[in-house]
Amino acid sequence: MAKKEYAFYPGCSSQLRGSASNYLTSVNSMCQTLDIKMTPIPDWNCCGASIGYAGSGELARHVMNARNFALAEEHLPGQDVVATCAACWLGAKETKQKLDASAQLMADTNEALKEAGLQYQAKAEIRHMVEVLIEDIGYEGMAKPVVKPLEGVKFAGYVGCQTNRPFGIAGESFENPMYLDKLVETLGGEALTKYEQKVTCCGGALAFSEPEKSQKQIKDIVESAYDHGADMIVTPCPLCQANVEIYQADVNKRFGTKFDMPVAYYSQLLAVAYGATPKQAGLDGHVIKPTKLQDIAVKVVPAKR
Amino acid sequence: MGAPGELNLAALADYSNNFLREVEERVEEGEWVKMCMQCGVCAGSCPFGPDWEHSPQKIFMMIRAGKRDEVLRSDSMWMCTSCYNCVVRCPRQLPITQIMHGLATYAERLGLAPKMNPTRKFSLQFWNNCTTTGRVNELKLVLQVYFRDGLASGIRRFWDMRTTGLRLLLAKRMNPFELFFPHRCKDRKGIHAMLKKAYEIENKRRYSPSPHAGRGPG
Repeated sequence: MAKKEYAFYPGCSSQLRGSASNYLTSVNSMCQTLDIKMTPIPDWNCCGASIGYAGSGELARHVMNARNFALAEEHLPGQDVVATCAACWLGAKETKQKLDASAQLMADTNEALKEAGLQYQAKAEIRHMVEVLIEDIGYEGMAKPVVKPLEGVKFAGYVGCQTNRPFGIAGESFENPMYLDKLVETLGGEALTKYEQKVTCCGGALAFSEPEKSQKQIKDIVESAYDHGADMIVTPCPLCQANVEIYQADVNKRFGTKFDMPVAYYSQLLAVAYGATPKQAGLDGHVIKPTKLQDIAVKVVPAKR
Repeated sequence: MGAPGELNLAALADYSNNFLREVEERVEEGEWVKMCMQCGVCAGSCPFGPDWEHSPQKIFMMIRAGKRDEVLRSDSMWMCTSCYNCVVRCPRQLPITQIMHGLATYAERLGLAPKMNPTRKFSLQFWNNCTTTGRVNELKLVLQVYFRDGLASGIRRFWDMRTTGLRLLLAKRMNPFELFFPHRCKDRKGIHAMLKKAYEIENKRRYSPSPHAGRGPG
C-alpha cells in the first residue's frame, strides 16, 4: 500500500495533449518516488477557472466545483482532494469555504446537484500538491530520495498569484512566500534571494484577451530573473508556466529583448533530482529547452549503497 | 429655503443609495461595497492599474454616488486578471476581485456590458467551452479567440502565432486530435441539467423583483 493516498483533481490543462501535460507527467514520476498514490476523481469536470465568471455567475460555479467534491466523496471516501493546478485549487477551495459558511448556498448547490444524481456532504478537503509536499511529506522527506542534487543551477522561484493569493500556503506571507526557494534548496539547487517579481501577475487568462498588457507583465517577470543571474524560472502554476514560457518570443518581438529563459514546474525539479529520465520528468514538453535540467537528468550517477 | 422642518424630497432622492442597494442585493459580494474607506491600495496594487478607466476604489465610490450607467457600462471591471493582490492588501479585507467579477457578471446579465471588450468575449467563450463537454478544449478555445473578429483577422492572428503553435505541437502540448476526439465528461447530460437548475435558482434568488432577495452578508 502506498504511504499516502489522495483523490486527484488534475484539471483540464494537465490532460494528455493539454498545454500542461508535461506537468502531469512529472507529477506522476515525483509521486511514484515519494510513494504517493493519486487516484483521479472519476469523471471530474472543469472548475470554471476564474475567467469563466461572466457566464457562470455565482451558483453555477459552485455547483461545478461541488460536483467534483461529491464524486470524490462517493468514489474515494476519506481522501483529501488534491489539485495540481492553481486555478482548480483556488476555485474549489473558494467553493468549499462559501458553502461551509452558508446553509442557503449549500442547500441550493445540492438542489442543483440532485439533477446529476449527486450530493455534496462537505466532507472532502481540498488541497494543493504543494501543500501535500510541504505538510505531509516535509522538506526532509523530499530531500531523502534525492540522487541527483540540482547543483550549480540558479532558479528564480516564480510563485505567481493563485497558489499564493487569496489563500496561499499556510505560514507563508503573500508578499514574499519562501516555500519555493526552500524547495529548490532542498533539492540542492540555488534559489535567487532577491527576485522582486516573485508574486507578480503574468496576466492570467488576459494573456489571450489583452496580449499587449499581459506581455508587459511577462517581460518584467523574465527580465528580473535575468537581472539576478537565474539559469531558469520555476513555478507551481500551469498558467504561469505557459504564459511566461510561450510568450517570450512575442515579448522579444514587442520589446526588442532577447529572452530565452526556460520555465519549469517544481515537480520537474523533484523528478529530475529523484533520477527521472528527461521524458519521465516531462522535459520534452518545453518550447524553451531547460538544458541545465536536461544535463542533470541524463547524467549517470553511481547507485547509492 | 422653505419653512423650518420642511423636507425637499427631490433633493433627498439623489442620496437614496438606490444603486448601492441594488448592488448589495444582486451582485456577488456586493454587500461589501459600503465598507470601502477609499484608501486606494487596490488601485495601486493592480497589475493592470493604469489600464482601468476607473480603479476599484473609484468604482466603489461611483456605486455609492449612484452612477449606475457609468459603472455597469464600464470596461474597467473586465481588466481584472484575478490576481487577488488587491484582496490580500485591502485593510478592510473586501473581496475586491469577486466584487469586480460580480459587477461584470451583473452588467452582462443586464446586457449593459461593453459588447466589444475582448475579456468579456473570452470569459463567455471559456464558460461555454468548458460546460459543453465538462472540460476545457484548449484548441477550440484558442481558435475561437483568434477568429472572434472574423475570418480575415483570424487568419492574420493565426499566421502571427504560427511558430508558437508549431512549437507547442512539437512539445505535445497542443494536438489537432482535440478538435475531433476531445476530452470530455461522461455525464454531460447530468452537468447540463445541474447547471440549468443552478441558473434557475440563482435567477430566483438574486434577480427576482422582490426587495432584499439577495443572500445577504456572510
